[in-house]
Amino acid sequence: MTRNITCVTCPMGCSITVEINDAGEVISVSGNTCKRGETYAKNEVTHPARSLATTVRVNGGIYNVVPCKSSEDLPKEKIFECMKAVNEARVNAPVKLGDVLLENICGTGIDIVATNHCPAK
Amino acid sequence: MLNYDLVVVGGGPAGMAAAIKARECGIDSILILERAETLGGILEQCIHTGFGLQYFGEQLSGPEYADRFIEQVKEMNIEYKTDTMVLDVTEDKTVYAVNKKDGLLEIKAKAVILAMGCRERPRGALNIPGTRASGIMTAGTAQKYVNIDGYMPGKKVVILGSGDIGLIMARRMTLEGAKVECVCELMPYSSGLTRNIVQCLEDFDIPLYLSTTVIDIQGKDRVTGVTIASVDENRQPIPGTERNIECDTLLLSVGLIPENELTKNVGIGLDRVTNGAVVDEYRETDHEGIFACGNVLHVHDLVDFVTQESQIAGEGAARYIQGKKGKPAYISTKGVGAVRYIVPQKVNINNEGDVKLFFRVGSTFKNATVKVSYNGTELISRKRPRLAPGEMENVTIKNDMLKTFAEGGVIEITVEA
Amino acid sequence: MNYDVAIIGAGVSGAFIARELSRYKLKIALLEKCNDLAMGTSKANSGIVHSGFDAIPGTLKAKLNVKGTSLMPEVCKELNVPFKPIGSLLVAFCDEELKTLDMLKARGEANGVPGLEIYDTAKLHEVEPALNEDAVAALWAPTAGIVCPYELTIGAAENAVSNGVEFIRNFAVDAIDYDGNEFTVKSGENCIKATYVVNAAGVFCDEIAAMAGDNSLHTIARKGEYMLCDKSVGNTVNHTIFQCPNKMGKGVLVTQTVDGNLLIGPSAIDIEDKENTDTTASTLASILETAKKSVPSLTTREVITSFAGLRAHLECDDFIIEKSKANDKFINVAGIESPGLSSAPAVGQYVADMIVSEYGAEKKSDFNPERKAPVRFRHLSNEERKALVEKNPAYGRIICRCETITEGEILDAIRAPAGARDVDGVKRRTRAGMGRCQGGFCGSKVVELLAKELGVEINEITKFGGESKILYERTK
Repeated sequence: MTRNITCVTCPMGCSITVEINDAGEVISVSGNTCKRGETYAKNEVTHPARSLATTVRVNGGIYNVVPCKSSEDLPKEKIFECMKAVNEARVNAPVKLGDVLLENICGTGIDIVATNHCPAK
Repeated sequence: MLNYDLVVVGGGPAGMAAAIKARECGIDSILILERAETLGGILEQCIHTGFGLQYFGEQLSGPEYADRFIEQVKEMNIEYKTDTMVLDVTEDKTVYAVNKKDGLLEIKAKAVILAMGCRERPRGALNIPGTRASGIMTAGTAQKYVNIDGYMPGKKVVILGSGDIGLIMARRMTLEGAKVECVCELMPYSSGLTRNIVQCLEDFDIPLYLSTTVIDIQGKDRVTGVTIASVDENRQPIPGTERNIECDTLLLSVGLIPENELTKNVGIGLDRVTNGAVVDEYRETDHEGIFACGNVLHVHDLVDFVTQESQIAGEGAARYIQGKKGKPAYISTKGVGAVRYIVPQKVNINNEGDVKLFFRVGSTFKNATVKVSYNGTELISRKRPRLAPGEMENVTIKNDMLKTFAEGGVIEITVEA
Repeated sequence: MNYDVAIIGAGVSGAFIARELSRYKLKIALLEKCNDLAMGTSKANSGIVHSGFDAIPGTLKAKLNVKGTSLMPEVCKELNVPFKPIGSLLVAFCDEELKTLDMLKARGEANGVPGLEIYDTAKLHEVEPALNEDAVAALWAPTAGIVCPYELTIGAAENAVSNGVEFIRNFAVDAIDYDGNEFTVKSGENCIKATYVVNAAGVFCDEIAAMAGDNSLHTIARKGEYMLCDKSVGNTVNHTIFQCPNKMGKGVLVTQTVDGNLLIGPSAIDIEDKENTDTTASTLASILETAKKSVPSLTTREVITSFAGLRAHLECDDFIIEKSKANDKFINVAGIESPGLSSAPAVGQYVADMIVSEYGAEKKSDFNPERKAPVRFRHLSNEERKALVEKNPAYGRIICRCETITEGEILDAIRAPAGARDVDGVKRRTRAGMGRCQGGFCGSKVVELLAKELGVEINEITKFGGESKILYERTK
């Protein structure tokens, strides 16, 4: 099986073709113009990951929500599950930038951290 | 009447970087005036990551990127006033501003840095026919509602324009449970970053229709649908390609316009392409002691470049205040062919350092050559694997080269496929 | 609730009828189906105060136009609504049209229009250099002027409410009963009782009359589309420029607006749907083509927005302002198309006289004809601004950056008599959101201020009432 992906490592945006066997292992990578593209393509077909940036509801803050992000890229297929968990969470003001708001989200070992301050009302 | 050496209009990434740099260059008396409730500018609502890769070598969110500068402003005890609107800047560098606490402020400055940023192009400028229902807003307005206020501006969304804010909002609305039906782009290419097309649209199976526009909007109270159509090479809708899409929201991401109302009031000369001031390599306008930087000067795609440009302006303002400017001898810069514009538009050949020229192209190129010439003689030729309208480019003019130029000369940049 | 008079429709006619009646000891209700004043024809028209040469002598249109226009400067002064007497030029391009000028001049003189004059080619191009060089002559009407139609409506209604009129919004009349003594006017579950009913429902006049058993009216909705251009081209023309009228109306005009923009339009197309105010690409293009016959330099480049309004046209081509044949306590104010705005102060007096003489209402001693001038921060000197913010800090916070509108002005608009309840209402009263960014920055702040003042969540705020909500539920 082959998969076509667009490399996002740099603005070149190379179209890369990756060949995979039935076990899901990468057989070949073509179309990339650099080594970083190859690494990206391999990761993208075997275990794609994305950063998640969203908001968490705050109780008693000057804003309703505080922005947050995953401390590392999350497995792509878990993004909506993680969104659901973040949406159900409530944190109390004050929140400081860098505060860990949710630990080990959905068992990924990755935390959700605040990316801004939200002082108490 | 208040007196400051430097007044910075705008406390976003541009204004803060300029003020910090001016302080580092030895200017003590600085005042930043910001119209929003907090410093940080539009970054406060840009909660996605991808900021700071160039400048900090890290993937930061907008608020995090802004916070690094806010902390520095505070540590350096640079004075600032938020919720303060500048009403007027006069030719003699008197700044009139107003806020609730101080009332009307009259501030005399030795130098002024204009860093007001830009605004989004509204619907009216596009003249889309149809109803006046609610549910039509710019992508940036929707971003504020979702990320700051925590409210959904719609559930079934069509986005017109594939600028980065539009792409980012396609993902953001999807993550929050909305259905984004499609993104329509009038041009045959997207002005957004490739990374955003992949991670914001392809990841979520959101179709991107190029050479397509919205030709009608339906709905009496709230939007109920839009009609889209393909366009020909003259950007005119092609009859027979019309298609109705049911939606309750139309987000517009159709371009950014530098906010130069204050600049115009001073009488500062503007560049017709950038819609920003004409500046020299320190970003000084044609009014001595008035500088401009960031998106008010020309719309940037990366905030990292805004920071770098604003530091140059901050240094320029400091030099001006300290009387180090000297008598300039200018050459001009000129984009030719596919090079739509160059900033700065003029360069002082007495400058003691290298000068970076930033430019933007009008169409996409692969494996192109960027050529720089002086009065018709080619000086520099550089291969570029890729050039795109959405990505700002630069070339450096070394100081020893600059020294060989004469006042009144012209530097031209062209691109050859 | 029991009222002496219920006025149906808070457009410019309803507002002036309410204001004139509020001079008397009467209990008056001004009923409006929308969330605000001036939501129909009165918010989307040319904003021209016509001199009065168009209407055929002896018609109600002729009489009320000339009278209304003569009252306008004083009325606008009392209501603190800007009025600019810029005069109008009706331009002729051929010999045939020269005859039209003479005919209209004679007609205007018969109607009692003062100061009409035919300008020859030289004079014409001297006073209006932007005109097409093919223009050969023009009819100059010095009493014509411009006014903001919704501001005039809001001014009159606010003044009426200050003088005791009750403004009831979101009251869409769906039934009218009469028990031989008084009317019951119903809107869904709600109802009010009134001795007199004035039907000033614009394009819906016929439907409202039918509810009272009067099937004599048939209004035709005639759509007019407009283009509004940036202030940078507002000075393209010095006067309102008309072309010779046709059977659909006064044709396409080019004019300044009181706010300094340039207005081009309207089209005139009869339509079925009385709520269809869509603009269409083809009509807008044809308006521009027609307007270029007057002023060739016009382009779409400076267009900041387009809009459409509906005029209530009657086949008889005159205003019908009379007691209904079905019920002599039911007064129809029908067919108020152009020159309805110009006529409004006179229509108000005309209708008030009909009721007052018969009812024997006494004049109030405490009627106040003045509407307090709204604060306009952008028009003040720095000294005035300073004093203003010292007195009330809310005037020190700018909400709309493009038009320099302060929080104080927006709060005033919400707190005013018959004040704003939605974003468009704030916009019409203050201009917040009317500038270059069209509310991109200030829209969300206006929503916040409305929610706070009205004591509701921000997702309950609408653009213009009804289902025009701006936000859905919270994200989380």
